[in-house]
Amino acid sequence: MSIDKETARRVAKLARIAVPDDHLDALAGEFNAILGFIEQLQQVDVDGVEPMVSVTPMRLKRRADVVTDGNQPKAVLANAPDAREGFFSVPKVVE
Amino acid sequence: MTDLTQLTISTARDALRAGDLSAIDLTEAHLTAIESAGALNAFVHHTPEIARKQAADADVRIKAGDAPAMCGIPIGVKDLFCTKGVASQAGSHILEGFKPEYESTITTQLFDAGSIMLGKLNMDEFAMGSSNETSTYGNAVNPWKAGNSDAELTPGGSSGGSAAAVAAHLCLGALGTDTGGSIRQPAAFTGTVGIKPTYGRCSRWGVVAFASSLDQAGPMTRSVRDCAIMLEAMAGHDPKDSTSADLAVPDFEAMLTGDIKGQTIGIPREYRMDGMPEEIETLWSQGTQMLRDAGAIIRDISLPHTEYALPAYYVIAPAEASSNLARYDGVRFGHRADIGPGDGITEMYEKTRAEGFGPEVQRRVMIGTYVLSAGFYDAYYNRARKVRALIKRDFETVFADGIDAILTPATPSSAFELGSMTDADPIQMYLNDIFTVTVNLAGLPGIAVPTGQDRRGLPMGLQLIGRPWEEGALLNVAQCLEDRAGFVAQPAKWW
Repeated sequence: MSIDKETARRVAKLARIAVPDDHLDALAGEFNAILGFIEQLQQVDVDGVEPMVSVTPMRLKRRADVVTDGNQPKAVLANAPDAREGFFSVPKVVE
Repeated sequence: MTDLTQLTISTARDALRAGDLSAIDLTEAHLTAIESAGALNAFVHHTPEIARKQAADADVRIKAGDAPAMCGIPIGVKDLFCTKGVASQAGSHILEGFKPEYESTITTQLFDAGSIMLGKLNMDEFAMGSSNETSTYGNAVNPWKAGNSDAELTPGGSSGGSAAAVAAHLCLGALGTDTGGSIRQPAAFTGTVGIKPTYGRCSRWGVVAFASSLDQAGPMTRSVRDCAIMLEAMAGHDPKDSTSADLAVPDFEAMLTGDIKGQTIGIPREYRMDGMPEEIETLWSQGTQMLRDAGAIIRDISLPHTEYALPAYYVIAPAEASSNLARYDGVRFGHRADIGPGDGITEMYEKTRAEGFGPEVQRRVMIGTYVLSAGFYDAYYNRARKVRALIKRDFETVFADGIDAILTPATPSSAFELGSMTDADPIQMYLNDIFTVTVNLAGLPGIAVPTGQDRRGLPMGLQLIGRPWEEGALLNVAQCLEDRAGFVAQPAKWW
């Protein structure tokens, strides 16, 4: 498996990280080094093995489906880079 | 008492209870030590006002009697923990200015027990690193020096600030977190003790997430006893963390008899790596002999999937990180990039994340994105999770076979020079976690104990791995190793 410049560009796009065009080749090289390392996993016989989903075998707790929190819009918005009139503000999304 | 920073948690607790010491004096001594230790860059946000207030409250409580063990004890808090009204940046530029409106469960428990927060500690960005060199605050520096060399050494990572602060006596204990070795490797590099508890023992609520199925918080201290005391205050069920275990927390300190007669200690042959420095190999043999001398039965064991742990980790951890770090988008908290004319929300996300994340975090988020993307999910992510199941099974097999604890090296080397890995392939840095990462994948408790020094005088540690939920028994084996090793060296003060 080898990652080329175009794949690196696509991955950066999916991850929503702006990567300048002249860095993509170097990035692809780094990906290839790491994926080469990960490639060892192909040597393991995993036939009949279930993928691990839970670290400790325990049933997740349940609770009543009721509101337990709320009514603190000021605290919610306190760290926002741009909050207006009780809302998070972002660049125009819908034309 | 001349130098209050020479106390441990247990000796300070006893002195506080006996009325020989006040929490205020203990706190002032440490605030003074921190002020003169800027060169270590361990504390990155200082909270002396909070500390003095908490100390005054602790003194009242202690005087009234019946104060918990951690009451009046000054600690440092890794920057990964959300602390109400106090900067909590996870060592990242993207969380610059972020002051949580809430307190993490672990710091809440410690403060309720009367502990005193001196400030926030340096760390690798989002806990991704093994040398504290990916931090937005710059490097934390190891108080230890190699022989007569003046070169600055890494305190390890990601809990590098925590390790440096404890080793330099800037606090009595510190909070760390461990996703692949981030408590145990820095502990080994600084001659301190650090335990990663069983996954689910300590609540993750309010701890900035890196890889949720691997992350676990733990204490870093200067003795095994202190680790036991601090862990007990941190542990316990939390309804706000669905993976936190609803199990009673034992009195860990009461379990420290140091007697391990008749216990069976496993020595895994797969941890004997090619190219391992002779000094680490020797240390491991010496540690084995110490436990044998203490009456333990030593048995060679096999954990056959060990060599696949790091590759599995470097699929699973980045995959979870790519999902967890999706929240840093410049909308709700932290940094937002300036956008240009015509830029929409996608450009805002992309520029914010490019500016806010450092290179190692970007690399891991993108690797995670790749291994989870359509067409590769089965080949990488699912396969890694299957290998993880096999690694866990390896441990279950030896424990079922009568092994009480496993002894391994903690790290493949002693502390290295800051900057020495800059031009190396990222994989070279990842190899630091080769002995510790299996424990996170299997969800087990593991502890690093300082056991010796290399020929340049740098501390070296061994790791003990225990059965799930049996931190008490594990701490007791660690106590035995600590007693026998008699590690008392301290770094000579240069800062």
